[in-house]
Order: sequence, then C-alpha cells, then structure tokens
Amino acid sequence: MDFNFTEEQGMVRDGLSRLVREQYGFEERRKAIASQAGWRPEVWAQLAELGILGMPFSEADGGFGGGAVDAMVIMEEFGKGLVIEPFLPTVVCAGGFLKHGGTAAQKEEHIGAIVSGAAVFAFAYAEPKGRYDYADLETTAKKDGAGYVLNGHKAVVIGAPWASHLIVTARTGGERRDRSGVSVFVLAKDTPGVTTRDYVTVDGRRASEVYFENVALGADALIGAEGEGLALIELVTDEAIAALCAEACGAMKVAHAMTVEYSRQRKQFGVPIGSFQVLQHRMVDMYTAYEQAVSLTYLATLRLGSDERTRKLAVSAAKVGVGQSARLIGQEAVQIHGGNGVTDEYAIGHYFKRLTIFDSEFGNVDHHLKRHVALS
Amino acid sequence: MNLEFTPEEQAFRDEVRAFIAENYPKHLADFGMREDMAREDFVAWHKILGAKGWSVPAWPVEYGGTGWTPTQRYIWSEENARVNALMPLPFGVSMVGPVIYTFGSEEQKARHLPGIRSGEVWWCQGYSEPGAGSDLASLKTTAVRDGDHYVINGQKTWTTLAQHADWGFFLCRTDPTAKQQEGISFILVDMKTPGVEVKPIKLLDGGYEVNETWLTDVRVPVENLVGVENKGWTYAKFLLAHERSGIAGVARSKRGVEKLREIATHETLDGQPLIKDFDFAKKVSQLEIDLAALEITELRTLAGEQAGKGPGPESSILKIKGTEIQQRLTELTLEAVGTYSAPYMGGVSNDNGSNEHPVGPDYAQHAAATYFNMRKTSIYGGSNEIQRNIITKMILGL
Repeated sequence: MDFNFTEEQGMVRDGLSRLVREQYGFEERRKAIASQAGWRPEVWAQLAELGILGMPFSEADGGFGGGAVDAMVIMEEFGKGLVIEPFLPTVVCAGGFLKHGGTAAQKEEHIGAIVSGAAVFAFAYAEPKGRYDYADLETTAKKDGAGYVLNGHKAVVIGAPWASHLIVTARTGGERRDRSGVSVFVLAKDTPGVTTRDYVTVDGRRASEVYFENVALGADALIGAEGEGLALIELVTDEAIAALCAEACGAMKVAHAMTVEYSRQRKQFGVPIGSFQVLQHRMVDMYTAYEQAVSLTYLATLRLGSDERTRKLAVSAAKVGVGQSARLIGQEAVQIHGGNGVTDEYAIGHYFKRLTIFDSEFGNVDHHLKRHVALS
Repeated sequence: MNLEFTPEEQAFRDEVRAFIAENYPKHLADFGMREDMAREDFVAWHKILGAKGWSVPAWPVEYGGTGWTPTQRYIWSEENARVNALMPLPFGVSMVGPVIYTFGSEEQKARHLPGIRSGEVWWCQGYSEPGAGSDLASLKTTAVRDGDHYVINGQKTWTTLAQHADWGFFLCRTDPTAKQQEGISFILVDMKTPGVEVKPIKLLDGGYEVNETWLTDVRVPVENLVGVENKGWTYAKFLLAHERSGIAGVARSKRGVEKLREIATHETLDGQPLIKDFDFAKKVSQLEIDLAALEITELRTLAGEQAGKGPGPESSILKIKGTEIQQRLTELTLEAVGTYSAPYMGGVSNDNGSNEHPVGPDYAQHAAATYFNMRKTSIYGGSNEIQRNIITKMILGL
C-alpha cells in the first residue's frame, strides 16, 4: 500500500501548476471563453510539447508510459485553474477506447495524432432521452456491406466544436436498453452526413448537438467487437469518472481556499466574517468534504484495474461522494462570498458553475448510488 | 501509488489472523463492547497480547512497540475487527502511555509502562469536570504543594470505567494566578489513595460506564507529576491528538455494516428482505461510501505519520467523520430491527437475574442500547464542535 507520487508525477504536477498559474489566469480564461474559437489551441500545443497529452499511453502505443494516477494528477491541476481544453474527451475517453479496444491500425492512426496534439476528440455518448444509460440508444448503425450506416442525434457532446474526430456509440442490434447490441465507432467529424449545432456551456466550455444522417462508415470505424461495446464503454467511462473526480477535487480545493481567504478579508460588524464560528464550522465541513472527496478519487483511480465489480463499486462510490462534496462546497462557497458570490466578476462563481455541471457528467449522484446498491 | 498488499504484508496478515484464531478467548467471541462486563473479560485479550508483545503496536520499539508499518497496523486492526475482538482499552495504551514515554521521567517509565503493556494495571482519565467540559482549561480541581506531596481537591466527571481503575491521570490546577492554560499540571494518582471516591453514573442504555470522581485532600507524592509543573496543558493536547487518531474506528464500522446487511436480510418488508428495499439499501450504500472515504483518509494520515508527520490536526477529521459514521450505523441498525427496538430487558445485559430468553431476535437485543450509548462518541474526546474549532485554527488558519 503506497500513497506516494513518483518523482515523475511530482514533476508533471509542478510543470502543469506553473503553466496554469502563469498562463491560465482568470482574465485569460475569460477572454478565451468569449473568443470565436472558445478555447486556446496554443495551450493545447504546449500541453503536447510538455508530454501531457501522451502521458497516459504506453510507450508501445507511442506515449510516455503513465497510467490512471498520472491522469489524476493532470486533471487535478486542470481543475484548479478551470482549464477548459478537452483533455478528458481526447486523452482519457478517446485514448481509453483506442487503448482498450482499438486495433493496431486504429492505434497507429490515432494515438500518435493525440499525443502530438494534431487530433482532438469528442465523445458522443449521451442522447436526448437516454439520460445516464449508455445502452439506452436511439442512434443506430446498420450493417451495409462491409461497413455501417449511422443515423441519430447525440446530445451535449463536450468539446465537439473543437474536435477533429468523434467517438460515437450506436446500436447495431438488439432492443433499446439491451446490454448487447451496442457498438463503438471512431470517425472524422467532417465525414459526410455529420452536422453539428455548436453552443457554449454554462461552465465555459463548448459543446454540440451532433446529428448523423446516413453517415457511411467503413468496417475499420468499429472499435472492439460489434454489438459487445457496452463493457468497453463502462470501462472507459469509469476511467473518465475517476479523472473527472480529480478535476473536481482541484476545483474544490481552490474554491475552499478562496472562501477562507475571502472570510479573512471581508469585514462586517467591524470584524472579519471569518471570525464568526457559524462560518468557521461551515468552512471546516467544506474542508472535510474536500478531503473525503480526495480519498474517494484515490480509491476509484487505484481500483480501475481491479475486477469489474470492485472497479464499479469504487467508481460509483467516488461519483456519489465527490458529487455530494462538489455540491456542498460550491453552494457554501457562494453563500460565504455573499452577494459577490453571485456576480460574474468574482472567480468563485465560475468554480461553482463547473462543480455544478460535474454532477451531470457520466451519471449523477442518484444514478451512481443506484449502481452501488445494485452491486452491493 | 497503489492499494495492494505486498507478499510480506500478505504473510503478515496470515500470521496475525492465525494468531487471533488460536488465541482470542472463545467466550468473548464476537462480543462487542459491553460496559457491564467483568474486569477480567475487559483485559483478557490485552493480557494475551501483552505476553505476545503486541499490546502497544503504535509505541516506539524501545518502549515495547512492534515497529509495524502503518499498513501492518491497518491489517492488525482489520483482522481484530473481523472477529469483533475486545481490544485493549485506550486509557493506558493510547492515552497516558504515550504521555509517559514522551514527557515522563525514567522512574515513571520504568514504573508504569510495563503494567500498561501487560494489561495488569487499569488506568482512567481525570479530565472533565462538572463545570469544565468543552472548556476544559477552565478546570477547578487544585493540586497544592505541601512538602513532598501535592494535595488534590476537586471533582472530576465522566471518568470512564473508573470503577475498575488502579491508576488515574488527572489534570489539576497548580497555579491559580496564571492564565487558564498555563497553570495546569498532569499528575498520576493511585486510585487507592485515601480521599479518592468513585460514584457511578447511570446512562441512557442502563449501563454504568462513567463515574463522578471526587478527590478530597488526596495526598500524591510529587514524583507523580509528569514533565514540568504548569505544563500539563501541552501534554493534554498531545494526548488528545493521539486519542483522536484511533477514534475513527474504520475496521469496526466495516464489520458493523456487514452485520447490518445480515440483519437486513433477515428482517422483511412487504414480504421481501429489508435489504431489497431501495430506500433502506440506499442508506446502507451511502454509509458504506462515506466509510470507504474515511478508510482512505485514515490510510493517508497513517502514511503521513510514517513519513514523519505526527498525528496532527487532520486527525480531527477522523474523529468527526468516524463518530458520525458509528452513530449512523447504530441508527440504521435500530431502524432495521423495527418494532423489536422497543423491549427493554434490563439494560445492556440480558442477564437480569432470570434465565428467560429475551423477546425478539438476538440481533435486536442491543440495538437501542447501542444506539443510545453511541451518542457519546460525538461528545467525548473533544466534542465534534471542538474538533471543528481545532481545524479552524490549525488548518484554516482563522
């Protein structure tokens, strides 16, 4: 049992922390969000240069031999700075599908491009009526000769406006919500028949509704075995949840520190409001919630390689616990900031927004509590 | 970073599991904590562990500690919790022992540490007073120097299991003119000294776990002062940090959740096992999730200790979350047994002079008593509100 980070992980953390501190200030982020592009491709290029985009891939696949703990370290730093660039959909999700399910040719084609920063991915799994069930799919991929024809509508595909490629889940057989009959595809976003409606998210990112109309895919677009994609999706989304939890921990850490600092500066009744016990204890509860969230994030991350039941229990525990902590810390941080907490001007409100949306990604607290119960 | 046991740690686990299976007293198997037990039952396992050299694992090796790594100590508490072993009481092992080996004289170490290790000597804690609870530093018990003795006068309360105690460690005011925290001394008192009087307090569960302790002109030799006169508050705070690190009770709560699930498979609702009821199962899962978080938080704290950081203010988190979880566990157990939570069969003991079997299932016998009893956990050891004050000051820096 070991809770230490390697020297290399420490260096990654320091390097990223410096990059976020020096180049990802609140004003720079605000400008990027308001810009036409909505993100900072030059930061993406820097992440590639620093080796961050290749960190969780094995050396054989063209990466730097890291794993889930490295992704956790990276995502935590991103969370601290509310970094909007699509590391999660590109490296963790698409990278995960390629690592665990990709053919040699697919790895060859895509992993190098991810590592170099040339390819950006979005993961199109959610549907308007599917909620958090990865098998509740109306999108279909019908066999057509050797290939497939894709039709459907994917909802809130984070990072899609920036993406060159998409990972798409679709039904190749079975009935809606069946565990079997689900397949995973990789395709270029400019494949004929793919259209998007792009928009801004409340937490400063970009997303799209993605429509597929008779999109012709070759057999080589399929990742993993046809009709047996659900287990792969569950594995990759569990990895994504662990990484997302790390991001939330980073954001909670900063939100808490900002709140404590604010309570030191802000005076009412002639004294700093941080001298009031009623606020002190609430900030202690925020701190405790943060520490418990960090612990569950470690647990989920370190159990990603365990047997399926152990992995799912740990990941669901994390999504529940971190989700509850994120809700508490976000709301309390705003409350203790008073009126300033609900202004666009103060950074704290933006941390609150990110921590709010976190819950709806890859299953909320209720969903994962249900999964935990079902597995117990 | 990983959560796996090394082959050496697995071998260690097998060794302690076998030792426990072979040596833990059969008549105390899965007994739980029962305050009305006989003294020899309380100390039975302690004495066996003392003979083995395993009664004070966390102590420095030179004073009889085992030198186990935090992971080994974790394994040790897990394995004991598996059989719900009645562990050595904390008053000697976790409280006064560390104070004596850290601040005591060589004579005090030689005199007191062996009895703590072996389980021969029973210690109690004289801290709280009727007027000094959370505001412990306002304590009024005085120790006045008279030649080679201190003369102690005052009243202590909530003195846990003092009815069995041979010795007590007491906080007494030795300088009434100094600022509150600066005039307190840490003094060891032989409980057989004339003037020491222990009166039991009956608690909600019907048991007698705590006492009032009256001290009237109790003459204690000056060599029983630990460390420096008027520095007792420093030692008291040190002790409280030690007390808190073991207080999370993770392994025991994990066993408690297993038992709760077992109970909920026997109890029925709408013709189904209670555990199949989603509303109930959800509460159990939520408890397990919070407990899983606490377990990793404790392991992180232990790992920090191994890296040279003493038990710091982070241990207050363990106290707060650990006791909240223990209380929720007993609350859910109470809910699980349903209507059979109500019968009162004469306190925590079913042995109330008759041989009649109590009503209801066996697992329901102590559900209410345990629930009532465990309300103490968020109050003792520095109430959870005091823990929040500590975190405010030491971690948030407010």
